[in-house]
Amino acid sequence: MQRTMLTVQRLVAVFLAGFVLFNYPILALFDRAATLLGVPLVFVYLFAVWALVIAAMAWVVEHPERHDGRERSGGG
Amino acid sequence: MAASGAGEASPVLQSPIVIGASAVYLALLFAVAYWGDKRADEGRSVIANPTIYALSMAVYCTTWTYYGSVGRAAVTGVGFLPIYLGPTLVMALGGFLLLKMIRTAKANRITSIADFIASRYGKSQLLGGLVTVIAVIGIVPYIALQLKAVASSYDLIVGYPALKAVVESNEPVLADTTFWIALILAAFTILFGTRHLDATERHEGMVAAVALESVVKLLAFGAVGLFVTYGLYDGFGDVFARALADERLAKLTAVAAGNRSYATWFSLTFLAGLAILFLPRQFQVTVVENVSEAHLKRAIWLFPLYLLLINLFVLPIALGGLMRFAGQGVDADTFVLTLPMAAQQEWLALLVFVGGLSAATGMVIVETIALSTMVCNDLVMPLLLRARALALHAEHDLSGLLLRIRRGAIVVILLLGYLYFRLAGDAYALVGIGLISFSAVAQFAPAMIGGMYWRGGTRDGALAGLLAGFAVWAYTLLLPSFSKSGWMPASFVSDGLFGIELLKPHQLFGLTGLDDISHCLFWSLAANVGAYIAVSLMRAPTAAEASQATQFVDALKTTRPVGSALWRGSADAAELIALVGRFLGPARAQTAFAAYARRHDIADVANLEADADLVHYAESLLAGAIGSASARAMVASVAKEEPLSLGEVMNILDEASQLRSYSRELERKSRQLEDATGELKAANERLRELDRLKDDFMASVSHELRTPLTSIRAFSEILRDDPKTALQDRERFLSIIVSETERLTRLVNQILDMAKIESGNAEWLVEEVDLGGIVEQSAAATSQLFRDKNVALELDLAGGLPLLRGDRDRLMQVVINLLSNAVKFAPAGAGKVHVRLFRAQGELRVSVSDNGPGIRREDQEVIFDRFRQGGDSMTSKPTGTGLGLPISRKIVEYFSGRLWVESEPGQGASFIFSLPLQNNEGEDNA
Repeated sequence: MQRTMLTVQRLVAVFLAGFVLFNYPILALFDRAATLLGVPLVFVYLFAVWALVIAAMAWVVEHPERHDGRERSGGG
Repeated sequence: MAASGAGEASPVLQSPIVIGASAVYLALLFAVAYWGDKRADEGRSVIANPTIYALSMAVYCTTWTYYGSVGRAAVTGVGFLPIYLGPTLVMALGGFLLLKMIRTAKANRITSIADFIASRYGKSQLLGGLVTVIAVIGIVPYIALQLKAVASSYDLIVGYPALKAVVESNEPVLADTTFWIALILAAFTILFGTRHLDATERHEGMVAAVALESVVKLLAFGAVGLFVTYGLYDGFGDVFARALADERLAKLTAVAAGNRSYATWFSLTFLAGLAILFLPRQFQVTVVENVSEAHLKRAIWLFPLYLLLINLFVLPIALGGLMRFAGQGVDADTFVLTLPMAAQQEWLALLVFVGGLSAATGMVIVETIALSTMVCNDLVMPLLLRARALALHAEHDLSGLLLRIRRGAIVVILLLGYLYFRLAGDAYALVGIGLISFSAVAQFAPAMIGGMYWRGGTRDGALAGLLAGFAVWAYTLLLPSFSKSGWMPASFVSDGLFGIELLKPHQLFGLTGLDDISHCLFWSLAANVGAYIAVSLMRAPTAAEASQATQFVDALKTTRPVGSALWRGSADAAELIALVGRFLGPARAQTAFAAYARRHDIADVANLEADADLVHYAESLLAGAIGSASARAMVASVAKEEPLSLGEVMNILDEASQLRSYSRELERKSRQLEDATGELKAANERLRELDRLKDDFMASVSHELRTPLTSIRAFSEILRDDPKTALQDRERFLSIIVSETERLTRLVNQILDMAKIESGNAEWLVEEVDLGGIVEQSAAATSQLFRDKNVALELDLAGGLPLLRGDRDRLMQVVINLLSNAVKFAPAGAGKVHVRLFRAQGELRVSVSDNGPGIRREDQEVIFDRFRQGGDSMTSKPTGTGLGLPISRKIVEYFSGRLWVESEPGQGASFIFSLPLQNNEGEDNA
């Protein structure tokens, strides 16, 4: 567990970022009658953020050793 | 069923074909499950794979998602999304929250959420029972939702080409499709989940089948989505462009519009986030069926990705349906099916129906298995065991009874679902029903999360919290749902209980401005959390609660007390084995204990000693089969236990935590030791270096001493051996001897001096001194040398300089040394030595410059080393002891000053030393 502490903290950071982006007031910024390539802006925004959150989680959990100093040092 | 179209019979969508396809599909699922179980028995698990684990979590997506999301989107636009955004966010916390749940459940052989809560609060049967009741009542609407979706999709598809099924709500039960669907699902679930009793309640075959179902429903939904978006329309842009042209539909693309608000959006996100953790079926697939903790890693992102994919086409389908069926009164919950039907895509419609069936069966199977385990272990068994009669028939094999209880529970739960469907199913859309269930399971959150992170939570607190939350939920959501369907008076919702305004279930205590779900969520969780904390704080945890609290709260710590440390008493091994055999079957029990004996290097099961370890092992085996609370009660019935007091439990826990802190301390010490070893190594290295330096020094000293001694001895021998030496020569030899002796004396003095300064034993006479005076005196003392060599000496001393603190004699020694060096290297006759005293940068400086040959750059630092002199020592004869400059530097440094040389070869050399004006207390720098 100790060794994955950094991964856990990163996941919590993703959670917090997603929580802020998916809710009022940031959400309200995109919740207006505008379109992007013909698709409503809020629809594009929600799915784009969703995809980014998933990508961030995948990146964090699948590549911990490359960014985790403790693991590289042979797991003290 | 009424047909509104021309009514030619369809070649595909006939009820025999639809039923046949469903049967083939269910048979396929069963085959997969059978194969999975078989592989598990052979020890070659098919579900030991992170992708299958993530897919099995997608059992979250039921017909609610499959049919209901589109219905929801047709009313609230993107409002269907929070149900999937919440779980996505919570999966990010899965790294520690789910991990902790999994590890705790494995360590304690926990098989359901009721068992988890009961076990945490001191293995309380009462608590386990309450959680079971809440879960069953809370989930019943959810099961009704599945039945409703499957039934209405069946009625629709066999009514092809009509797009509306007329379901008579007062059909007799036996003529009702839904009733038969409920029974078929019950039979199927029994086949799946309760063919045999597993000690850990794991169902590998079921998980494999559920993973397959997740793939099927995603493919089917994706097929409809592509068909609608790219077949009926010309891509996303086209669907939205047409929808936006309609003012009524354009509103659907906004999050907050009409009666939709950001508050609803938030509370649905929050609710769904709790549901993904605490729905019984999610607990089953995520925690109980988990094969390896490592699988969690992929599920953390793959499961949210699945959610994203299955929701991508929801809004286009909803908008497409609304545009195509405008004014035809087609239920939006059926768009997924009716759109392909209206376009005469019969095979696609059949695929959609199978996909919907897939979504429903997956949910019903896992949910009812999870609930039946709870009902059996935490509700029925404790009651039966309480009736003592069973406990006395020691030879009776109860494993068959356990299976029968579970099968009965499955049938009862599905019939309850059917009952709810009959009572309230028509009043709500699919999502509306599902949200009622979500709000019910949210009530587990305080006891679960509090239990995992707060040691102070007690059984009474959990009971109070659950009861309060459940009561508020029932009052604000469940009862109004009956009221809406006319089963209770409508005035209950519109006027409040007994007509009291403040008790209106959707505006409790006058709280307005929230939708039903947010309103219920707020009041129920407020009551729940409030009661849980308040009642928990009324008394300290008991011994049993405290010991279980440690098992749960410290689940992720490496060293924690094992359960056996907290048991004391005596038992009989044979009785324990027999007890376990009664619930698991004698053969299984024998195998389990044989494995235990092998692990402990005991040859025969008969030789097993009933120590705390064995008792704990037996209890955990039982816990897998009948729940931790019942297992505790059963073990207590055969063992003579000495109850531990709270104090003793605390001592054991303290010991464990002391052990933990000892091991931490040990780690720290060993790190310190390592550091110390490193330091020692470095010190040793330095000592060796010093030793080498000392050897060098001794070699140099003896060399320096030998030179004058040799010449003294040589000349003395000449004088002794040859009495006829001329008087003139004798005088010359004697004067050489005298000068060499003087040199020797000087050398010895300087060596002693050096040694004293270096060892810190030198005596310093520190007083206020006038540096100008010192320079003048030194010049006077060396004037003879200058005269002898005919070298000019110029003094250039600044006046009015402040006094310094220093040792007068020592400083004179420095100046004299520099002067005699200068005169030594200045050319005879034309030599010139210039001495300056001046103030610069807060210090006083004395420079002694000569016009001699200068010093090569590479020698400029070397000359301050002991016995090293300027020039090539191999060719030029040394003209000093080689200790003057090192000693001078030591003295200057003693008074916090510096001594250095500036020289260009051929341009003479300047030796400069500086002494600071402030803080020149020699003592500080000793």
